[in-house]
Amino acid sequence: MSTRLGARIAGIGFWSPLLPGWPVARDVLAGLAPPPAGPPAKASARLLAPTERRRAPDTVAIALDPRSLPSIFASTHGDLPINDYMCSTLATTPALCSPTKFHNSVHNAAAGYWTMGTGCMQPSTALSAWHDTFANGLLEALVQAVAGMTPVLYVAYDVGARGPLAAVSPSEGLLAMALVLDPRGDANPADWRLDASVEALPAPSQSAPAPAPWDALLPANAMRQCLPLLAALTGSGDSSMLLRLGSGSRLAVTVINAAAQGPA
Amino acid sequence: MIPLAVTAFTATSAVGNGNAAHAAALRQGRSGLRRNDFTAQPLDTWIGRVAGLEALDWPQAFARHDCRNNRLAWLGLQQDGLRDAVEDAIRRHGAARVALVLGTSTSSIGATEEAYARLGVDGSFPPDLRRPEVHTPHSLGLFVAHALGIAGPCVTVATACSSSAKVFAQAERLLRLGIADAALVGGVDTLCGSVLFGFNSLELVSREPCRPFDVARSGISLGEAAGFALLERDGAAAAWLIGHGESSDAHHMSSPHPQGLGARLAIGDALARAGIAPGDVDYLNLHGTASQKNDEVEAALIAELFPATLAASSTKGWTGHTLGAAGILEAVICLLALREGFRPGTLNTTTLDPQCGPQLRLQGEYTPVGIAMTQSFGFGGNNCVLVFAQGARR
Repeated sequence: MSTRLGARIAGIGFWSPLLPGWPVARDVLAGLAPPPAGPPAKASARLLAPTERRRAPDTVAIALDPRSLPSIFASTHGDLPINDYMCSTLATTPALCSPTKFHNSVHNAAAGYWTMGTGCMQPSTALSAWHDTFANGLLEALVQAVAGMTPVLYVAYDVGARGPLAAVSPSEGLLAMALVLDPRGDANPADWRLDASVEALPAPSQSAPAPAPWDALLPANAMRQCLPLLAALTGSGDSSMLLRLGSGSRLAVTVINAAAQGPA
Repeated sequence: MIPLAVTAFTATSAVGNGNAAHAAALRQGRSGLRRNDFTAQPLDTWIGRVAGLEALDWPQAFARHDCRNNRLAWLGLQQDGLRDAVEDAIRRHGAARVALVLGTSTSSIGATEEAYARLGVDGSFPPDLRRPEVHTPHSLGLFVAHALGIAGPCVTVATACSSSAKVFAQAERLLRLGIADAALVGGVDTLCGSVLFGFNSLELVSREPCRPFDVARSGISLGEAAGFALLERDGAAAAWLIGHGESSDAHHMSSPHPQGLGARLAIGDALARAGIAPGDVDYLNLHGTASQKNDEVEAALIAELFPATLAASSTKGWTGHTLGAAGILEAVICLLALREGFRPGTLNTTTLDPQCGPQLRLQGEYTPVGIAMTQSFGFGGNNCVLVFAQGARR
């Protein structure tokens, strides 16, 4: 049978224009703070907020050194505005195609810039599984972590569509979630642990969940696939979810609030 | 690592459909490249185009998946008993215990390009192309899972030209941890405007058939291909996957690290995982795109790391650079080298770049091949190296 895939969450990142950063998102989604006032934030290149870094003990800070982490980037559609640019240009003036836009059109552009920006020479991958992208990316991240006994960086994101492509690949705004998953014991304190396994059963059909109070704060982005896990990480207790991996298989994820249970 | 059995494999490219066509073309030095006749305003270049995709009999049940990339996938799946082998694996393990991990660079972006070329007066997609399934990178995985009835985890890897090499590493981890009992890996990439005009904009496209590692090389010839391999923990193995290595250059989006640092890490990781020394490799299929920079860096690296007894070559002169399908296509060429006892040479190349060591071979030769290795380097500095062997060496 399938191995249990366990990891503590050694870091959480989140970004969307009305909830820019995990500390803000966590407090608003948990109902502890009102949404930030003012205009939507502009995206910055920072994945983990400084406050998260300050909260982390030294061992976590080492684990979070990005140069030491293999990374898994998951995106449903990749860079939709660049695809719109490429297809528009090809339909009209193909010889004028921009070389920079072209090399940025690869699905692993974000992964490539991450490794360049951090000087990380660890393996990096970029994947897609349409509506099951978040689940398959999370599975690959957990598998890499457990198989290599190494912390990994998992980033799931989508951007907004532009032009005619928006009709077939709908996605609005920006939404990104990042996790550092560490499979190595419970030696270090962490607020949350993930325990997952792959089941040879179809995932239950998604009935539309009742909209959470914060639902309107997040755009109609293709990576809303991450919301069940996001909601679990803003609660106070344990929770579980079933995420579709393929037509007959699913990822059963239990999110354990280790902080609530006290030190292991 | 514990070796994995390759229980079935196949490739389809410009040189022909299936393994026998590839083995014959490699022996005979018959290139699949031809003058570019692709897109409305063809660039002056040579391409590796797969014949007959437009006329392929497309099953009505797959109507919503119809596009050039999935047609090539379907043609590839018909070869070398691949579909039967997958059906058999599903019977033995159960459909949900078979994983699907495929690689592509551009998937079916060609269908999106076509929609933009035929937009309605209101700017909307033509009705026949209002199919969300073909306008997303996972188009390939969606189609193959549907066509073969694979129900396990299903994912498309898209790390440019290393995509369908990395699928072997991902599948190995899934099998090692017991997440799946079999994995169909592979990749498909098809010619489209994006890659032809995109590589042209980077001034990487040659006006002549590509000449890997030639001192007078002038760039790449683009190609298209489909390839698949079925991986299991044990069974009637055609060969074994004994190592894989992955790394990042952390250097530039479309240019390799000048000293090949990332490639070096991936090679070292693959050899260590296989538990072998550089001198144990009998044949090395190089990335060898015939771009100035790739071949310069790769030639110096091979000259430094491997003994003169190694036979290394690039087979891009036969197939062109098939991008996201290059990993699987060249893995299959390694598997054929093991099976046929034939180390392919390098086609179209006459005078080797002085950077090349004695490992670089222009002529193919018959000799037993025990271990074959292939390396794939992609945009974003994404590297992957695979090692295959005749025996499991457990």
